[in-house]
Amino acid sequence: MSSNSANSYWKSNLKIVASLLLVWFIASFGAGILFVDALDSIRFAGFKLGFWMAQQGSILVFVVLILVYIRLMDKLDAQYASDNADEITAQSNTAQTQKEVKQ
Amino acid sequence: MNVQIWTYLFVFLSFSLYIGIAIWSRASSTKEFYVAGGGVPPLANGMATAADWMSAASFISMAGLISFLGRDGTFYLMGWTGGYVLLALLLAPYLRKFGKFTVPDFIGDRYYSQSARLIAVFCAIVISFVYVCGQMQGAGIVFSRFLEVRIETGVLIGMAIVFFYAVLGGMKGITYTQVAQYCVLIFAFTVPAVFISLMMTGQPIPQIGFGAELTEAYGGGYLLDRLDGMSEALGFATYTEGQRSTQDVFFITAALMFGTAGLPHVIIRFFTVPNVRDARRSAGYALIFIAILYTTAPAVAAFAKTNLINTVSNAEYTAMPEWFKKWETTKLITFDDKNGDGRIQYVGDPTINELDVNRDIMVLANPEIADLPDWVIALVVAGALAAALSTAAGLLLVISTSVAHDMMKRSFMPDISDKKELLYARLAIFIAVLVAGYFGMYPPAYVAQVVAFAFGLAAASFFPAIVLGIFWKRMNKEGAIAGMIAGFGFTAAYIIYFRFLNPSIDNEESWLFGISPEGIGTLGTLINTCVAIAVARLTPSPPNEVTEIVERIRLPGE
Repeated sequence: MSSNSANSYWKSNLKIVASLLLVWFIASFGAGILFVDALDSIRFAGFKLGFWMAQQGSILVFVVLILVYIRLMDKLDAQYASDNADEITAQSNTAQTQKEVKQ
Repeated sequence: MNVQIWTYLFVFLSFSLYIGIAIWSRASSTKEFYVAGGGVPPLANGMATAADWMSAASFISMAGLISFLGRDGTFYLMGWTGGYVLLALLLAPYLRKFGKFTVPDFIGDRYYSQSARLIAVFCAIVISFVYVCGQMQGAGIVFSRFLEVRIETGVLIGMAIVFFYAVLGGMKGITYTQVAQYCVLIFAFTVPAVFISLMMTGQPIPQIGFGAELTEAYGGGYLLDRLDGMSEALGFATYTEGQRSTQDVFFITAALMFGTAGLPHVIIRFFTVPNVRDARRSAGYALIFIAILYTTAPAVAAFAKTNLINTVSNAEYTAMPEWFKKWETTKLITFDDKNGDGRIQYVGDPTINELDVNRDIMVLANPEIADLPDWVIALVVAGALAAALSTAAGLLLVISTSVAHDMMKRSFMPDISDKKELLYARLAIFIAVLVAGYFGMYPPAYVAQVVAFAFGLAAASFFPAIVLGIFWKRMNKEGAIAGMIAGFGFTAAYIIYFRFLNPSIDNEESWLFGISPEGIGTLGTLINTCVAIAVARLTPSPPNEVTEIVERIRLPGE
């Protein structure tokens, strides 16, 4: 396993986590608490938007965030696995020959 | 068939199911006892986590609290769900990769220190005990009201059931009973909500009925507008507006979120899945299952409050339905006819208000207030018991692993065999059930306040120690220990000062930055983090083996 690809894996991981947490903060603390009164001036059905975000919307956003996280991390894991596999193939002659035999 | 018979039937059926599962899933090794052998599928773990998490407080008390707090009740809703985002993104995958049994395992190994491990054991046991007493008490209330047995008898029955499957099956038994308990509790929570939503708004989905128009029989107009109007007319606060200061709501929400992510009985659920990928998946499932109840609860709160006001406001006392009298005998509803006109004045002004309704009964009484069929009322009882027992079992397991694994095996008796350790684990759960049962029967008067305590403490002790341990390689044992002591100490001192020593000055003017004791855990978390970073900078780096552990848990794979 190369420490280079491990590093870039960790960096991409941090980027994903940071951007999702930003959305998490805006949806909950932002819309549900800090700007709730301003959002309340917008209405849909019987709800004021701020109130709805505080008691319903934020929770739905949380669910979506975790689902997005699962998807992004699966992708990142797959990419990391194939990067590593490539490196091992390049380094090892036997692996290359085996690949050629298969082809 | 009347309510009583339906209730006995449902409780009997659900309890038989739990016992059946317990017999089927006995644990034969410590790995099975602590983490169910590490082979729980993510969907099952998601359900078990949801049942583990949603306690008597979520099922019985939360909707009631929200119906009296209005928009401010938001901190429970966001706090107790938003914490899962932190758990899924910052803790669960890495702790699963670390691959041991308990939270003190991680703290002790990552901070290469027995003292750190023992501090973590102490925090885990205090937090779990505080929490489990509330569950036992909740089960006692339900038994005494609906099965009309004494609270003591109710608690004893609850103890016997939990004892049976927790001692026999450990985490394995607990996990699969929790799956069953989740199904019972979510069915029991949503069925009455659907009924009431249909009745009041014609909408079968409560989350939509929440924002819909009332039917003719209820006077028409949007539900929330009507509730706002009635609340104002009676001198209560406007339902959809906040009363507490913004910074207090902010801090309470954050404390509940950090606390959720730091509670040991929730964290250890992620040790039971086969790999990191499944840990992420089960966090997703868990939040979906939790969100079903948590988005229904605020709708139930609004329906229940509207219904309650409609039923009691300015009504003849003698014309009150049967449920009113029944709850009166438990003293959870009290009526004092101050002006002697025989009618119930339910108003905001405490000097002329005549009715006092305990918040805890809103969910339990709601189906009766709405006059739903008897079997629905009985179902709610079975659901409330499932919620209380599933959480109690998860907490008892944390206490048992803390004693048998973290204290005996990892600290004081490293040479004991697997068999012996398993015996100690069962013994520890046995004693923990007895102690919890005692506090359930003779609860300290301040149980509700002490539960808020558990969240603040979990937030201020574990959360920063774990997150820094994963995300900052330079973090060392000196920093972690100093941080945990500072965070835990500050939070405990603040809560004890206002809640127990000086309750008379427990108000906004005296609070630090206007933060109530419920929200102080957030400040405790910040203090923990700052102290930990400062101390770590001034003391030597952690040894290489430890940096390697951190590098290993950051990478994907088994």
